[in-house]
Amino acid sequence: MNTPPDPGRLYREFAKGIWKENPVFVQVLGMCPMLAVTNSAINAVAMGAATAFVLIGSSFLVSLLRSFIPKQVRISTYIIIIATFVTVADFTLKAAVPSVHKELGAFIALIVVNCLILGRQEAFASRNSVRLAVADAIGMAAGFAFALLCLGATREILGSGSLFGHLLFGEHFEPWVIMVLPPGGFIMLGVILLFFGFLRERKIRRRTRVSEEAAS
Amino acid sequence: MTEVQLTISAGQQPSQPSSLRLVLTLGIAGLLSGFAIAGAYQITKPIIDANNARALEAAVFKVVPGSTRMRKLALRDGLLVPVAGDEPVTDPVVYGAYDDAGDFLGYAIEGAGSGFQDIIRLLYGYDPVRRCVIGLEILESRETPGLGDKIYKDAAFQANFEALSVEPPIVVVKDGRDADNEVDAITGATISSLAVVKIINTVTGAWLPDLPPPGEEPPAPPAEPDAPEQEQQGGER
Repeated sequence: MNTPPDPGRLYREFAKGIWKENPVFVQVLGMCPMLAVTNSAINAVAMGAATAFVLIGSSFLVSLLRSFIPKQVRISTYIIIIATFVTVADFTLKAAVPSVHKELGAFIALIVVNCLILGRQEAFASRNSVRLAVADAIGMAAGFAFALLCLGATREILGSGSLFGHLLFGEHFEPWVIMVLPPGGFIMLGVILLFFGFLRERKIRRRTRVSEEAAS
Repeated sequence: MTEVQLTISAGQQPSQPSSLRLVLTLGIAGLLSGFAIAGAYQITKPIIDANNARALEAAVFKVVPGSTRMRKLALRDGLLVPVAGDEPVTDPVVYGAYDDAGDFLGYAIEGAGSGFQDIIRLLYGYDPVRRCVIGLEILESRETPGLGDKIYKDAAFQANFEALSVEPPIVVVKDGRDADNEVDAITGATISSLAVVKIINTVTGAWLPDLPPPGEEPPAPPAEPDAPEQEQQGGER
């Protein structure tokens, strides 16, 4: 346990969150903020950053304290740690970018109940060394932010005809308003999950075909 | 009694922590968390307050065109009295807006009411001499994007409120403005348009009897010591 993990392992724990075990596209975790705040790219980025701060901070602390926390009260302790980081993030956003904070509103406070965060503490940070836990948290946070940005950018382009507030099309563009409304979130998320499912299926098909060819 | 206790402790696994340890863990975690949150609050509160004050000031200057100075006014015993910006007040509040020379230009009045989806909070400028609304800013709303949100995104709708008479009460029309007290509703967002007008009518109706006659408004705030440019300009005049 005390020997530092080799760089390869460290990189694998980091990289898995971005693609192979992406919290949104593969694990389908954290759907509430995913649907609620992705009506514009800037909101998605702010939510991704806030979640990353909370996830990395709590993973670090939980991993650091994992031998001190009795397992009977571990969940309550994790929640206290997570809630502290969320509250700090809430105040910081309110002070630094009031306009974004106004848009995100209650969803900042709801990061506490994002199952992605508690899930990583229970499944990873509480059983691994600090370095691995932080690498895992950074990877998962980046994967989550990437997913939020995918959805937020698509919805903003279709629903408002802009990206990060810059108008992309001429004034004759008729915005597809439903995309920035809640139903648009469900539709877009469905389309994106379908796309990722298709990629996965194709990979499996290809692998079985290769093995069949090898067998024949 | 002691026998029972003994059997329990004998049956316990060595790794089982005592309740005291559990309570202590949670207690310490809660205590540290409390310190961290209180610390973050202390650090960010002045910045948040300054942001809010700046946003309010910008909104007041927007709804009363030409104004550069403002003052919070509270209604106490039928009189408008100036209060400090950060003083907590339970009385109804309006904001007086003044130009560089300290001349009174109008009131900025806050109002709220039900919109199409949620409460709309707005601030509007009121000129007591011309008895009309001179500007509108939506502070908070959750109206439908693309339709109801035109109450603050559509310049044509906002233009209705640049010189809008409040007597007789404002009415919403759908075929263009003909009179000074008419607002042309947004196509597809009649309810949001009606909501904005209803808020302004209600709030104005409540305030009008309490506003002092024109010319007797509280004077402009004394020039701030940390704004030497303003003082210089005042001296030249």
